[in-house]
Amino acid sequence: MSYPTSININGNAYHKSVDPRTLLVHFIREECGLTGTHIGCDTSNCGACTVLLDGNAVKSCTVLAVQANNHEITTVEGLANDDGSFTPVQEGFRQEHGLQCGYCTPGMLMAATALLDEIPNPSEQEIRENLEGNLCRCTGYEMIVRSVQWAAQNPDGIPVQIGESS
Amino acid sequence: MIPAKFDYKPAQSKEEALSLLAEYGDEAKLLAGGHSLLPLMKLRLATPEVLIDIGAMEDLSYIQDKGDVVAIGALTKHRQVEQSDILKEHIPLLAHTASHVGDPQVRNRGTIGGSLCHGDPASDLPAAILATRATLVISGPSGERKVESDAFFTDFWETEVKEDELLTEIIVPKHTGESWAYQKFNRRAQDWAIVGCALQAGDNPGIGMVNMGSTPVRAVDAENALKSGGSSKEVCELADSGLTPPTDIHGNESYRRDLAKVLLQRALES
Repeated sequence: MSYPTSININGNAYHKSVDPRTLLVHFIREECGLTGTHIGCDTSNCGACTVLLDGNAVKSCTVLAVQANNHEITTVEGLANDDGSFTPVQEGFRQEHGLQCGYCTPGMLMAATALLDEIPNPSEQEIRENLEGNLCRCTGYEMIVRSVQWAAQNPDGIPVQIGESS
Repeated sequence: MIPAKFDYKPAQSKEEALSLLAEYGDEAKLLAGGHSLLPLMKLRLATPEVLIDIGAMEDLSYIQDKGDVVAIGALTKHRQVEQSDILKEHIPLLAHTASHVGDPQVRNRGTIGGSLCHGDPASDLPAAILATRATLVISGPSGERKVESDAFFTDFWETEVKEDELLTEIIVPKHTGESWAYQKFNRRAQDWAIVGCALQAGDNPGIGMVNMGSTPVRAVDAENALKSGGSSKEVCELADSGLTPPTDIHGNESYRRDLAKVLLQRALES
């Protein structure tokens, strides 16, 4: 049995007929080819698969694609502007070295984006509590916290082209 | 990990959900936020043939002030419980406990009704529901019935909600101005509690315990001691009285008994 599913991802409508057991993260990666969203633990622990569902951070390994039918999703590909300029959160991770291997980064960026939408000037404690659903095995979280603080302090970000050295 | 195959039936209303339950009976499971059920389905511990998705039923998502009580729709998400001004003022124990469920992403999807119907003794919210003496409203083919939280959790992962029924509302008495505490002991931020303790003070004090039995349970002997004016030490000594905590990789039975006393003491002192 397949089920007609329409999901708006990053402003683009995707209409697919999917097996109802298809997870949202597989819909995003395999049906839509948006591989920026990562699959980490597959058990709703690590947060690498975090996307925004109607603006709220969710773990897309624990949502069925059919549950997102007629809803709006934002993935990491939907963050940067059309001219390639970064959002403050992305720029913060760049400025403060908030990543090493980069595996957790898409999920961290989405969770941090949701946090700053809700609390524009979070305390360090609030940042740590709101990122508790995202695991990083490289940074020890210090640089990630600093990256989010950078974004909060620079709400306009710095417009840079991808690939430009600074 | 992908769930086993199932037929997907979205329901738009309570009536439609009940009619689908009547049709499919024990072959079907209700899907709300999915943060208890989907992990079980991915591990193939649950393999329902039919999944009835009630997640889109907006009419069961609300928090309403009804005088002496607050009525909470079963599909209200943990995040809404956590952030509700009505609950923060009148039943702060419940709002605070909701803020300790999983992590922000889990709280954005998981629902209070789903968590209660899952009936997991390791869950946070059942302890708060027991401590606040809530009443649960269950809808079925022959109408609505009300069950006290005491009688709701019947066995491991089992509740009073029958195969053809649906939990629709949680009615919680107001505890405005009364002291309360939720103590959760876990190793890492998003872990399940090894033991948890929800304390609601007042004329009729309630103590709900997490992971101290095969169901969410009340520490009745400690409640009675608290009500009759026992000292903090006397009350805490009874934290595990009559309870049968499990042994697992996170702690054995005697460790949990000890932890229950320590957490109740911290709750009383906070």
